[in-house]
Amino acid sequence: MDKFKAERPEDWEALDPVLKQALGDFKQSVHAWSEAVYSQPRTVHLTVAHRAWRLAAGWAMASVLLVGALSGGVYERHHQQEVARIAAAREAAQQRQLAAERAQEEEDLLARVDSDVSREVPSAMEPLASLMAADETK
Amino acid sequence: MDTADESAAQEFSSVVTSHRPQIFRFLLASTRDVDLAETLTQECFLKAFRNWSNFRGDSSVMTWLMRIAINLQKDHWRNRRMQFWRQTRTNAVDLDEASDWLPSGESSAEKQLLARERVGQVWQAVDELSDRQRTVFLLRYVEELELSEIACATGLSEGTVKAHLSRALGKVRTLLGGER
Repeated sequence: MDKFKAERPEDWEALDPVLKQALGDFKQSVHAWSEAVYSQPRTVHLTVAHRAWRLAAGWAMASVLLVGALSGGVYERHHQQEVARIAAAREAAQQRQLAAERAQEEEDLLARVDSDVSREVPSAMEPLASLMAADETK
Repeated sequence: MDTADESAAQEFSSVVTSHRPQIFRFLLASTRDVDLAETLTQECFLKAFRNWSNFRGDSSVMTWLMRIAINLQKDHWRNRRMQFWRQTRTNAVDLDEASDWLPSGESSAEKQLLARERVGQVWQAVDELSDRQRTVFLLRYVEELELSEIACATGLSEGTVKAHLSRALGKVRTLLGGER
């Protein structure tokens, strides 16, 4: 203990004994710890390798997340476009079918009207009509 | 490499040999992290080597090196705060582990236990100090630098150093008194 006394700060004596003892123990403890660690073989390469591994893992994880996010975005966009395209095709087919049905209905109506108009003769003219039919057969 | 460079390199090599343990010890006590203390010590001497030709000897080599070490430590913590998304865990040992290193002079088991308790209480007080108070406290009571040297190393005035020391000692005293 005495060998440290000569090295102590000049305000050392002004400190109370408990504090003096505690500071002295603390100083010696830090010195002992530092000397023990300092004299150990260095393991810097392990630390560097560990940190490099951690860095690589971090980058890999970030890359996976980035690729995942991008792929998800692209897939979602493609999916939406496909759904929109199918919906548009279905709508167009429905429109075409509706138009065809309407055209058919109109055609049927016109044919029916034409038939009705061409065949129906007022009752007063039926004898004349029968004569015209007989002439046509001749 | 010419003769002047060789001579400067040899001179610097002797500086490393003589001051490296003390710089490492200060950084170890400041951070309680062996890996970090080792890294910062290496950075300190690398920086010192690059600036060795600019060192004019206005202060002692030790004070100059200590100033570099303190600035590196400040930069490290500042960068760490900024890069909060990086590793948040530190390799710092806890207070109990740091207190395991006992003064070699304690013989009996009882004395060792008491010494361990005292050292633990001082570590606890050091842990509660501000960065500046801790630096000043460690430089004074572990590295035993003069007040003028501490002022030079930290860039503070001697009066400010005394004020920080007084507050730091007050905390240590309170903790020792309160837990006895």
